[in-house]
Formats: sequence, C-alpha cells, structure tokens
Amino acid sequence: MSDVIPLVEVDNLRAGFAARPTAVDGVSFTLHRGECLALVGESGSGKSVTARTLVGLTGAGSTVRADRLRFDGEDVLGLPERRWRRIRGARVGFVLQDALSSLDPLRPVGREIAEPLRLHTPLSGRARRARVLELLAAVGVPEPELRAGQYPHQLSGGLRQRALIASAIAAGPELLIADEPTTALDVTIQAQILALLNELKTGDTSMLIVSHDLSVVARLADRVAVMRDGRIVEEGPTEQVLGDPRHEYTKALLAAVPASHAKGTRLSSAALVPQHRLREEGEGILRERPSLKRVAATATDEPVIEARDLVKSFLGSDKVARTVVGGVSFDLHAGETLGIVGESGSGKTTTARIVLGLETPDSGTVTLHGRRWDALSPAERRAERRRLQVVYQDPLSSFDPRYTVERIIGEAVAVTGLTGTARRDRTVELLDLVSLDAGYLRRRPLELSGGQRQRVAIARALAPEPEVIVCDEPVSALDVSVQAQILDLLADLQEGLGVAYLFISHDLGVIHHVSDRVLVMRDGLVVESGDVGQIFTDPQHEYTRALLGAVSTLSTAK
Amino acid sequence: MTALSLTVPRVSARLRGWRVRPGLVLGVAFLVLLVIAAIAPALLTSHDPLEISTDGAFLPPGGDHLLGTDQSGRDILARMVHGARSSLVMGLGATAIGVTVGAAVGLLAGLANRFVEGALMRLVDVTLSVPDLLMALVVIALLGTGTVNALFAVAFASIPYYARMLRAQTHVVRRATYVEAATALGLPRWTVIRRHVLPNAFKPLIVLATIGIGNAIGAGASLSFLGLGTKPPAPEWGNMLSLGIQYISNDWTMVAIPGLAITLTVLSVTVVGRDLKRRSEGRAV
Amino acid sequence: MRHLKRIAIRLAAGIGVLWGAATLSFLALHATAGDAALATVAGDGANPTQAVLDRVRADYGLDLPLHRQYLNYLGKLLTGDLGESYQQRIAVTKAIGGQLGETVQLAVSAAVVAVVLAVGVAVLTAGRRRWIRSATSGAELVLTSFPTFVLGLVLLIVFSFQAGWFPVSGNGGVEALVLPTLTLALPIAATLSQVLRTELEEVLEQPFILTARSRGMREAAVRLGHALRHALIQIVTMSGFVIGGLLGGAVITETLFVRRGVGQLMLTATTTKDVPLVLGVVLLAATVYVVVNLLVDIVYGLVDPRVVTA
Repeated sequence: MSDVIPLVEVDNLRAGFAARPTAVDGVSFTLHRGECLALVGESGSGKSVTARTLVGLTGAGSTVRADRLRFDGEDVLGLPERRWRRIRGARVGFVLQDALSSLDPLRPVGREIAEPLRLHTPLSGRARRARVLELLAAVGVPEPELRAGQYPHQLSGGLRQRALIASAIAAGPELLIADEPTTALDVTIQAQILALLNELKTGDTSMLIVSHDLSVVARLADRVAVMRDGRIVEEGPTEQVLGDPRHEYTKALLAAVPASHAKGTRLSSAALVPQHRLREEGEGILRERPSLKRVAATATDEPVIEARDLVKSFLGSDKVARTVVGGVSFDLHAGETLGIVGESGSGKTTTARIVLGLETPDSGTVTLHGRRWDALSPAERRAERRRLQVVYQDPLSSFDPRYTVERIIGEAVAVTGLTGTARRDRTVELLDLVSLDAGYLRRRPLELSGGQRQRVAIARALAPEPEVIVCDEPVSALDVSVQAQILDLLADLQEGLGVAYLFISHDLGVIHHVSDRVLVMRDGLVVESGDVGQIFTDPQHEYTRALLGAVSTLSTAK
Repeated sequence: MTALSLTVPRVSARLRGWRVRPGLVLGVAFLVLLVIAAIAPALLTSHDPLEISTDGAFLPPGGDHLLGTDQSGRDILARMVHGARSSLVMGLGATAIGVTVGAAVGLLAGLANRFVEGALMRLVDVTLSVPDLLMALVVIALLGTGTVNALFAVAFASIPYYARMLRAQTHVVRRATYVEAATALGLPRWTVIRRHVLPNAFKPLIVLATIGIGNAIGAGASLSFLGLGTKPPAPEWGNMLSLGIQYISNDWTMVAIPGLAITLTVLSVTVVGRDLKRRSEGRAV
Repeated sequence: MRHLKRIAIRLAAGIGVLWGAATLSFLALHATAGDAALATVAGDGANPTQAVLDRVRADYGLDLPLHRQYLNYLGKLLTGDLGESYQQRIAVTKAIGGQLGETVQLAVSAAVVAVVLAVGVAVLTAGRRRWIRSATSGAELVLTSFPTFVLGLVLLIVFSFQAGWFPVSGNGGVEALVLPTLTLALPIAATLSQVLRTELEEVLEQPFILTARSRGMREAAVRLGHALRHALIQIVTMSGFVIGGLLGGAVITETLFVRRGVGQLMLTATTTKDVPLVLGVVLLAATVYVVVNLLVDIVYGLVDPRVVTA
C-alpha cells in the first residue's frame, strides 16, 4: 500500500478568517482512492471549511496554511486560480446542502448539469445534451427529457438534490465532496439520496462526506473523523467510532442523539459543552432542576384538549383550495406529551395553530376543558389563551426585537396580574427555572446563543402558568448538544410542573424520545396514532413503516 | 445548526458600534454648524444679508467680506449663514408634513379592512406614477410660487412614499411571529398593535425620514433655483445659485459657494441617516 | 398562459392608474376653471359683463352638471384631446408634441448611459477589495447627494468654462447633448450601481455561486453568467425610480442648459399657472410610467421563470 499515492493528503491544516482565525486548527487526514471518509461535528467545528480547502474555495479574506495539502500527489497549497479551475468540477465534484439554493434558480437544470461538461470536456453541444440525459437517468431522475428543461423550483426536493449530484459527477471527478447532502430533506427522500450516494461509492470514486448527522455518516462512510473546535478528536473505522468510541466527546455526542434512548433518560453531558460556554455560563446549564411546585392539576381521565375532525384548507396562489388538514382528532391529557410527527406539508403545524386558536378551522372543534374555542366570545377567548402557550422553532423571530429578556418574559408574567417587584421576582424565578441567571435580564435576543434564546422562549411560555405548551419543532434548528440540553430541560419541567406538551417534529428520534403517545401525519391526515412504544416497535400503517425504515438508527446501521 | 456560531459577537459588536467613522463625524459637525447658523446667525457673521455694502459689488473673497460680495454688493457669507435657516426649515418642515400625512394614510391602509386599504393604495399608486418634481410643480401651478407653497409642494410629493412604506411595514410586522406570540398570551388586539405593531412599523420610517430630510432640502433648493420657491433678495441658497449663474463666466465662486453648501448639507444628512439605518438593522457599522 | 394572465392583470392596473390620474387632473382643472373662463375674456383691465362670462362658460362646457363635465373630459382624453393651453392658446398636445423630440433624445441617451455605467461599475467592484468598494461607494454617495442643478453646474464650470470642450447651452448637435446627458445620468447611475452592487454581493454569497465556482468556472463567467441576471432583476424593479429621475431631472437640466424640451415647457407652464398644460405633461409622465412598468413586467416574466411558473 505504501507505494500507492493517496488521493488526498492533509497534514496540520490550519484555516481561518478575520472573525474566526482558527476555524480549522491543525487537521490531518488521508483519503485513499475508492474510500469514503466522513467529517462529523457540530456547527463551528470547522468541518465545512476543511472540505472547502480541497477545492480552494474557502472564500475571500481567508488564510489557509498546512504542512501538507496534496491532491493526487500534487501540492495544491497556494495553487493559482487557473490551475484550481482545472481541478474543480473536473477532478473534484462538490455537492452542497439544499439544491433549491445550490442550483441557479434562473437556469434549467439541464444547463446546470451541462456546465462542467462545457468547461472540462471537448463534447459538442449535442453530445453534451445526450450526456446530460444519461446523467439524469443515472441518478434516478424519471423523464430526463422533461426534467432537463425544468427550473429547480419546479422539481421536488429529492429530484433537485439528484440533479445537483448529477452536475457534480458530470465530468467524472475522482473525488466527490458532499457537504450536508441530505440535511434539508424529508426522511424518506433522505433515505433515497443516501442510497444513491452509496451506489456512486461502489465505483472507484472517493467520497468526502461532511455532516452533523451521525446516522447519515453511519450509512455511508468507511471511516469517520469527529471534529470539534477545528480539530479532529477521534478518527477510525465507522463501526469502531460509532460502536465503541474512545474519546469522551464522541461518547457524549452519541449519547445526545435522542433516537436511541427512551423517555426519561438524560441526553446532555458536560463533555458536549464547549469550553468557552462553560466558562461564560458556568455549570448551571447542566445542573439538575430544583424541586418545582406543580401548577397543573394532576392527571385525570378528562382530557385538557379534545380536537375533533379538524379540517382546514387554504387558497393557493392559483386560487385552488388545498386541504392542509383533512379531519384530525386527538385528545391531550394533563401532564403528558403527545408527539405529532410528519414530513413537510403534512399539516402538523396548521393543526397546532388551530389548537392554539390562532387559526379557525373550516369545520371541526377544539375543546378546552369541555368548552369549545369557537363558542367563546373574544374576551373569554383571550382569558383562556394563557392556558395554552407556544414555543416556536425560531425563538428569535418570536421576540419583539426592541425588547430585553426582562421585558419579553415580564410581558408574559404580567398576564397573571403581577406588577412591580413581584413581576420582576417572578421573571428572575422563571429564568432560574430554565437555568439562566439574572444577569441575562438586560440582554437583547440578538446577544444570546440559539440555545439561550430557546430557554428564554420556554421561560416566557411558562410565565402564564399554562397547562399545555405547544412545541413547534423547538429543537430543529439546534445542534445535537444544545438540542440535548433543551430536551432535558423540557423533560424536567414536565416532571416538576405537570405541564402537557403537544410536541411537533419531523425528527422521529426526537419524537420517540419525548412522547407518551404519537400521532403520525401525512398529507393532512392522521395515518396512525397510539402509544409511543407500539408505534415505534410495531407500526401498523405502511407509511409509518416506510418512515421508520428510512431512518437509519445508529444501532441498526451497517 | 447556527447556535454555537452566534454566541461570539456580543461585546465586539457593541465596541464596533462606537468606532469613530471620520465621514460620520464630519457630517455631524457640519449639521451642528448649520443648526447654529439657523438659530443664531449673528454668532457666525456680523453682516446683514440684505445690506448693500458700500465696499462695492463682486468683491473677491477676503478682507472684511470673507466670501466676497455679490452683484449688488451684499455680503455672501452673511447670505449663506442666514440661508441655512430656510434650508433647515424646508427640510424639517416638508419631511414632518410628508411623514405625518404619509404615516396616517399608510397606517390606515395597513390596519383597516381590505376595501379602505385598496382605495387608499390605488390613490398612492396614482400619485407615485408622477415623478416627485413634476408633482411638486403641479402643486405650485395650483397654489402659486413662494416659500410656503414650495414647502407644501415638496411635502406633498413625498407623502406617497412614506404611506407605501409604512403600510408595507405594518403588514410585515402584523404577520411577525412575535405579534402572534403576544396574541397567544391573550393580550387584547389594540394592546398588541400599540405595544408591538406600531413601534416596530415606525422604526424604519423614522430612519427613512432622516434621509428624506436631505432629499427635501435638495428639492426645496431646486424649486428656488427654478424661481418657484423663495424669491430674491431673501437669502436662500437655491436662488443665490440661480442669480450667480448669470455671472458664471466672470466669477464662478458665486455659484460654487451655495452649490457646495447645498451638496454638503444633503451629503451630511444622508451619511447620518444611513448610519442610523445600519444601526437599526443591527448591521456591523 | 399564466404569463398572459399576469400581464392582463397588470395592464388593467395600469389603466386604473391612468384613470385615477385623469380624474385627479379633472378635479384640479375644475378647481381652477373659474380663472380659465375669466382669463379667456379678461385681458388686463377688461371688465366682462355677466352675459359674456356666461357665454364663455357655456363654450367651455362649464355650465353642465359636474358628472357631465367629467364624462366630457374623459371622452376628450380618449381621443387624445388634452384641452387648450391658457397661455399659448394652442392645443396642449400640440404644445407638448413640438417639444417632445428633444426631451426623448435627452432622456433615452441619459437612461442608456446610466444603466451601462451602473452595470459596469457594479460588476467590476462587487465583492472586491475593501478600498475599491469604499472608494466607489463614496463616489456614489457624493453623486447621489448632488442636487441635479449643482451637478450640472459643476460639469458646466469644469468642461465648458474651464476646459471649453462642450457648448454651454443650446440644442445644437451631439456636443450640446453630452453635458446634459451626464447631468441627468450620473445621479441615476450612482443609485442604480449602489443597489446593483449590494444585490450582486448578496447573490455572490449564495450557495449556487459556490456550486458554479466548484465546477471550475472563471470568476468573470460566474459574475456575468450567473450573478448578474439575478442582480438585474432588482434593477428592473427600479424602473419607476429611473423614470422619475429622468423626467424630473429633465426640467432642471433643460433649464440649466437652456435647452428646448418638455421640461422647459413644464416650468414655463408652472410659472404662468397654465394648468391644462401642466396637467398635460403630468398625464404624459404617468402614461410613460405605466407603459414602461408594463414592459418591465413582461421582461421580468422572461428573465425570472419563477414569476410565471411558481
């Protein structure tokens, strides 16, 4: 083996920008021909920057240094643009996340796929066109003739991603770099794209996968390098790193993935918290919650919320009514978590908005403690609202940008009638509940991290002492480690306060972890509902099985 | 995914906000000078802007007349200093009227039912189809020339812009998640509007109005230049410039001085306004 | 099909705007029409009898009920009759028609210069080194802050009086067109290039640009082939601003350079309170605005497929 030149050799790579001088801080790895290496890490770990140094596209104002940076034996450190252009597209293909923004929206996809052919091959226009159709067929796009003439926005997410992959492999590169190739996709589509990448791998193409998602990596990679703060903390064969991790950080990261744990187990641990945040916020963010006074009634048989046959349709831009929710019914009892899981467009968020009384259903009823929403006068309805609160996916947009943390939470506390010092004391108490100290009172949302913002959003939701909190994808925008902390926090609060959650997520792992009962939605309909154990171990509906099959849980992968 | 990378810039962003930008400092300094000239012109010049000096006409800069004298022997510096007031009155007055009326129309359209909104916005569309200056000329053709009418004309032409902006902003803010969150707390509709919708909708309008002051000063000077606004011998930069043109081939300083003053004023207001805009958008300054 | 439907809707909206403008014109005329009847018969010092006044009012149709007058007015507009100028005593259309050519020449050349300048500067400077961008945006800021007449005077002083390259005034030939064109074009170009560069810089950060670069495209090809089209969409939506700048600027530029044209006509009409003529020019401006916006909408549909097929 020693006389075979590796395709990529990286030794002590350091890269950075003015704002982040050590984005990559001494990374070394080797990639052989036909091999698939995955760089895994959370945001800010330097994995994307590392991948981009291999095509010389770290961007303006960046500096790249290394003891060795070789592609196919050739030193590419400080290579002039002209020489880089002969490598990019021709010898290294590059696939980015979300093809809707990674393909030029003003060009038909056929032209995008033909571009590397035009740049790197002597093919005539006609031959290029034929090749584009071949490529589209090869990546599993049906009706290539039709699709080649369409624009990215006219294709579904899965077809778009296939077209993007086709354009990356068009000129027959030896190395394919895929940066979060499946992140923006629904799980079933994600599984298809992973299968396609696996097919491509069986050729002699080498692959470098960049991902935050351990299950994606488990399905594709031969070897895994776990990155943190610009360094590789652990590298080895996939089975070993994911099955028997050596490094504390890898262990903690694996433990933080909610899929593999039943409700009640803690996900977060000190090893996951970046050093600078531990310094800034102290150990508080990991501490066990103090004993909490229960505000909600203990569980009774009577449900807090009864939703019956909810139907809602919206007029599309073409003036045709689309049924978004087509007859949804469920009960939510005090102190329990009902998970609603579904892919994008399944109607789960609209269902939640109807429950919150923010959207009026076309037909069907929502009953709150035996009183129907639609039978209440506006004033009565306002009075009832505080019993149902909401936590959004993007907390930042749910805060008035002019407000400080104190005013954000204080406004919600005022609903309970508290004023003056009492209001302020209660605000501090709520902050303490979500493990933030009083020092955060004067901060503005922009000055908080994503996890801190979500904590403030939870504190605000708790302020009116609600019986139910609707959580709409509350952890979807967060890194695994922060997600783990927020999920632990929500679990503690439920245990202590007895609040019920209507928990919406596209992530089956998260739903599995948090829910007592689960509703599986598709195209506005509930396809299956039941106890969490039953849904995940013995799914009855074909679609539920397809969803579960598409998710590669870490234990079953490989 | 972005959670960790967003923790960084708290302190540094604040520090950067206070970094001294030379352009901004010069702009603010010039505006301060203007305000002094407008409030207390006697602090800056001892001459009367209307007094015909016995020293003669067309004196070059220097000596007792720092910027020289004009065709009638009036002190140019005194006329410049006294002219600052009419420029500022034009800029502030026209913008105040334009913003007030525009905001009222825009707010009504943004909060009222679809019928009222449709009617108001069609009216705004119609007025927007005519260029500002032509619109101002129509007003003057109907009302007649003069300082006050010119101010009304400039104000009137700016109304549809402020109206459209505030309506658009009201719509954006009304759909914002934080407004929904406030509704979910059970706050009454008008409390939500008063507490969250109005302040956030008005914020960009105030910034836009700052830049609008500069435009109004320029437009007012243009009208005077065209002979439609403040008439000579009253000291006003636009009409000083217009008079100076007649002598431009002999002495271009009579044109250059008011021209420079107008440009610097508009430039200073724009620089300050844009800085406010960048800050309000939370961008690194 | 959707494209046609979209354009039909825009066309209807455009006609609505023109109808609105015509209605406002009618109201403005009506408010001042008393003067008109008087102005027709009353020279200086003349003291017409009530009978004479009544006859003149009847001649002008002023004795009819308001809605009849309104319908008459609209009917005349549709046949291209904008009424008669108070001062010149000729048809407004004729008065405008006689001046239109010069102004169109000036406006079109200024528009071309402005767009070419803006696109050129923006493509060359977007996302470049810090000092290049600072210098350009500084120049743009100064140019947008120059009121049109001051900019024109600066050009006059430098290029006519000092250098003597171009004539000071008049309508004669290409040389006489250079300075007015620049005066009109530069502030518009500065604003356009600001918008275009900001937009380009935003587009250049998009993932699809990274994709294009990762295929081995040249920087120039990336900018011209991918980024520019996106940025131009922004420019297309600024057509209203451009028209406003050109027509408003024409009044000042023509006055400053003593050129014949619609702008001069408008100014004279304003000074002499010749309301029909003023409103005639305004209706013309509104029509240009509506027509150009309609054309822009059609172009927009061609440039951006998302508009039509989304």
